Amino acid sequence: MTRKHKVSRWLAALLTGALLLGMLAACQSTQATTTAPTTKADATEANKTDAPSTDKEPIVIGGLAPLTGGVSVYGIASDNGTQLAIEEINAAGGINGRQIKYIVLDEQGDAEQAVTAYDRLVNEHNIVALIGDVTSTPSIAVAQRAARDGLPMIAPTATAADVTLQGKNVFRVCFLDPDQGRTMADFAKNNLKVTKAAVIHNASDDYSVGLAEAFIAQAKELGIEIVSEQTYVQDDKDFRTQLTTIAAAKPDVLYAPDYYGTDILILNQAKDAGLDVPLLGGDGWDGILTQTAADNPKEADGSYFTNHYATSDESPIVQDFLKAFEAKYNEVPISFSALGYDAAKIMAAAIERAGSTDKDAIVKALNETDYDGVTGHITFDENGDPLKPISIIEVVDGAYKLITKIDIER
Amino acid sequence: MLFFVQLINGLQLGAIYALVALGYTMVYGIVKLINFAHGDLMMVGAYLSLFLYTSGLPLYFALPLAIIGTSVMGVLIERVAYRPLRNASRLSALITAIGISLLLQNSFMILFSSTPRRFPSVSEHLPVFVLGTNRISFMALLTVLFAVGLMLLLTAFVHGTRMGKAMRAVSEDMRAAQLMGINVNRIISMTFAIGSALAAFAAILYGFSFQQIDPYMGAMPGIKAFIAAVLGGIGILPGAMLGGFLLGIIESLTKAVMPAGYTQLADAVVFLVLILVLLFKPSGLLGQPMREKV
Repeated sequence: MTRKHKVSRWLAALLTGALLLGMLAACQSTQATTTAPTTKADATEANKTDAPSTDKEPIVIGGLAPLTGGVSVYGIASDNGTQLAIEEINAAGGINGRQIKYIVLDEQGDAEQAVTAYDRLVNEHNIVALIGDVTSTPSIAVAQRAARDGLPMIAPTATAADVTLQGKNVFRVCFLDPDQGRTMADFAKNNLKVTKAAVIHNASDDYSVGLAEAFIAQAKELGIEIVSEQTYVQDDKDFRTQLTTIAAAKPDVLYAPDYYGTDILILNQAKDAGLDVPLLGGDGWDGILTQTAADNPKEADGSYFTNHYATSDESPIVQDFLKAFEAKYNEVPISFSALGYDAAKIMAAAIERAGSTDKDAIVKALNETDYDGVTGHITFDENGDPLKPISIIEVVDGAYKLITKIDIER
Repeated sequence: MLFFVQLINGLQLGAIYALVALGYTMVYGIVKLINFAHGDLMMVGAYLSLFLYTSGLPLYFALPLAIIGTSVMGVLIERVAYRPLRNASRLSALITAIGISLLLQNSFMILFSSTPRRFPSVSEHLPVFVLGTNRISFMALLTVLFAVGLMLLLTAFVHGTRMGKAMRAVSEDMRAAQLMGINVNRIISMTFAIGSALAAFAAILYGFSFQQIDPYMGAMPGIKAFIAAVLGGIGILPGAMLGGFLLGIIESLTKAVMPAGYTQLADAVVFLVLILVLLFKPSGLLGQPMREKV
């Protein structure tokens, strides 16, 4: 018994030690992330001193993005695009002879941290305009503050409708969720000549629901019959039952708007269930080729999805962007990077046209935006949402191919 | 015809639940522990199979190796985490099992990231049965056959061999079995080894059926397999099998019958089944209170 007691005491001591270590590690990591923004900002400042110097003071533009945390992959991608655009503008002489000083703070995808970071940008750094935020929830929180301050704000990638409804000074570069669903229905009717469609979507995800609802509404408007509508929930892996029901309804196409990790499962299980029709999707499909089987890279062939831009787009502005981005970061930019790039270019152009850093003047100039960007020709509607083309991509021979561009109708 | 196809879909899902449930029920029968880490052992099995298979080893060599590896992992977990707590309260052991489950999930997430990985597909190489307008994949039938075959094999083992007899003895009265000269520790290790091997089998069938694995893949099937074990009568081998198949069919048919927008109720129905069983027949469908349990 005594030996046993000793052993358990040892175990207890070990466990306590491990726990303490864990807590220490946790403290350190939070410290590291809170200091990260400043080092990032410092790095940006250091860059600027190396840049061609002008006598005039730099224009300070703020940025917000989740550079760490669960959605950091999007934050980093978007910020990389923005950084590239700012670098190009500064190298070309800046805005009306003034360099841009871009200060980006990390908000870890969290609305409260985003608001704190926003206050820091405004109070400590006196920014004249804001590029961000990246994901929808923090963007809405920040947009409320920016609306109160009248600060010109442009969100590169936040798709929720509410973001730009906070104020007249809030703009965005990406299209909204319903735009994609409607456009895909148009494409199905006009280009694919579809008469019967089926829909399967993730009922526990706003993005998936938003696209599906818009698709169904527009399809009915256009006279496409929705022969079956099925749902599933987050983390489901088994779609056989729903797909069997859909196969029995004999649709011409299946609209499956989700992220590519789930889309590939639906794609494969649809084939197993005897459903040999093209699958249609939204920008969540961008990346599906990372999921195809090593021995069958063409398994996603014949699927169509809506996207912000296509790397196969031959237009010089897209190709120049691809070249510059790959030279700087050594990777192919995802659409978040293209949107971050366009956001910075649009904001810089607006400040240039305004001829001053006056908030109202910049907002007025933003409203008059007429810009040819990587993600298409962009003007803004009365809400600050972009009117731009949506790219339709087809997977052909295991590669994304741009089929057509369709202008948003809203 | 559509109904029949949906039934097959349910059986395929149920076969996987059943295999995992067999492990739950065996471990419970012997040590009266609900091993909540059992679903995560299935995840371990899936990753092992994927890595061994993609490392270039032939299929017939890679998969048995993965099954053995998962077995060793199961035995190791018992040795390190459960054996020191054998005489502690059952609640302590249960909480440890939950701890092991979280440990496995999170260490696999750190090691291999939470990005889902693609499992190799074999269905192109297998024949497909065409039933009117619907298709039934050979994989579905294979999965069901495998599950039933393994259950029969296990039952034969438990009732027909000396080792099986020893297992039944330990399950009935551990202390008396020890006094009769049975090496209880060895029997328990073996139970965990067999249970984990079955989880690895389930993982391979899951991988081939759904073609995607991630560190959290074991959580939901683990819980449903537990419900299956309770439904059939925990501690009873054919009960686990019956429970697994019933659950798979209930889940599939609920999804098939529910109108659009309500298919997600399938999980709710499954959990409702658990509540009903616990209310009206707590010993399970095949349960006879206080009889032999293995």
